Amino acid sequence: MTRRDIRPSSPRRRLLQSGVALALVPWVPARAAADDLPEIPALTAFLAGRKPRLARVRLTLPQLADNGQTVPMKVVVDGPFTPAARVTAINLFSESNPVPEMAAFEFPAFVERIEVESRVRLAASQRIVAVASLADGTVLASAAEVIVTIAGCMDGT
Amino acid sequence: MPDARITVPPSVPRGKPFEVRIIVRHPMETGYRTDESGKSIPRNVIRSLSCRYNGEVVISAKLSSGIAANPYLRFFVTAKESGPLAFEWVDDSGLRGSDTASVTVA
Amino acid sequence: MLAVGLERSLPLGALKSGVTFAGADVREMQADDLSNPGFLWVESGEKLWNTPTGAANKSCASCHGDARASMRGVAAQYPKHDATANAVQDLDARINACRVRKQEATPLARESDDLLSLAAWVAFQSRGLPLRVAIEGPARAAFDRGEAFYKARHGQMNLACAQCHDQNWGKRLLSEGLSQGHGNAFPAYRLEWQKLGSLQRRIRACLFGIRAEMPPPGAPELTDVELYLAWRAQGLPLEAPGVRR
Repeated sequence: MTRRDIRPSSPRRRLLQSGVALALVPWVPARAAADDLPEIPALTAFLAGRKPRLARVRLTLPQLADNGQTVPMKVVVDGPFTPAARVTAINLFSESNPVPEMAAFEFPAFVERIEVESRVRLAASQRIVAVASLADGTVLASAAEVIVTIAGCMDGT
Repeated sequence: MPDARITVPPSVPRGKPFEVRIIVRHPMETGYRTDESGKSIPRNVIRSLSCRYNGEVVISAKLSSGIAANPYLRFFVTAKESGPLAFEWVDDSGLRGSDTASVTVA
Repeated sequence: MLAVGLERSLPLGALKSGVTFAGADVREMQADDLSNPGFLWVESGEKLWNTPTGAANKSCASCHGDARASMRGVAAQYPKHDATANAVQDLDARINACRVRKQEATPLARESDDLLSLAAWVAFQSRGLPLRVAIEGPARAAFDRGEAFYKARHGQMNLACAQCHDQNWGKRLLSEGLSQGHGNAFPAYRLEWQKLGSLQRRIRACLFGIRAEMPPPGAPELTDVELYLAWRAQGLPLEAPGVRR
């Protein structure tokens, strides 16, 4: 049975697939390397030239999703926060979904604990990006990678 | 028929963040599916959902087809006074939904 | 009560619920009542239980009172032979029978939210209790038919349920783990369905998967298989509302 690899290719992945690099490249589960946000046009447009710091945002999704229709997602932004430097919004972007802007969560009121959980739909194996915007103009971000496989048996009911 | 299930702790300490959860019954129809005759099923997702605590908006969510059916949201709110935690949402078809829970601040 | 002469391909001590074959997300979703989407139907079911309906203008509670007391242990005995209907009924059929006979209301469609909600509310009252169905006497014919169906090859792929779920459980089909094929978590929120569904729907889905003709919802063959499955899963705890992928 041929194995279909539906993940978008990248130099890092091609290296891993060749098997050669397994000893050389450390596998980083569920978090991107420091300067490795995927190129998503909607994300670029949203950032409008701002360069996000890849810190303080912890985006957690399973490495292997049970079912692409419902994938648990948690995003936490580490404090401490002050009213002047509080999180005003978290925006979620998808690399491969037909709709790249997955969700936006706005926080008009100050809360010291920024932790949001939801369930997302993923059309294919891909990376997700969470961007946290702070009231003082700081922009923070993180990416996570999820593998989505097709069902073993099709369900036509 | 209840549209949503809201969970808050039975009592919350003043000034501290408390956990809120909501699941809303909604298919979050993506618009990419077709029915048995091959006709496209139009998109119908909850586009916006907001929560007011004692009248003040504590979270405002813009959702898309990238959020799973029966959308689930868990987030935190700072406990101030006892009072209602009121959710409202609207979907693509214009259908509005709402549900409220009570917060008791100790 | 052991049925004499019946061999179990999966010994009782070797039974594993589907939850043990599920991924971490599914297990966590099922384990947490506050985030388990199945509870939307359980809560609806509680409301429907207390809502008068039909020409008789009665609610389930009118006869059965508080389900927490009256329905405790009931779902774990289903499917069950009903003397009035003179047939083995699954829980959905039994709920509809009550609607028609006692509430003088129309039966609810299979897989409708209302029927799923009522079944979820009733099944929830047996959560944690071991499955135990009666297969002797008037139920035996249905049981035998169910066993025969389970062991027969079906569909374009010419597969029997037994081949995957008795002989190859634990192995992988593409990236999924094959379970032992028990129905103890139903009605369940299946991620693939994006909603709660019945065991009959799950059986039909399997048949679709092996490219076999699916009996329509409510068909007696499906109830026969449900009875066989419940006997086969004897002792496993009911997990409704379950979560499955």
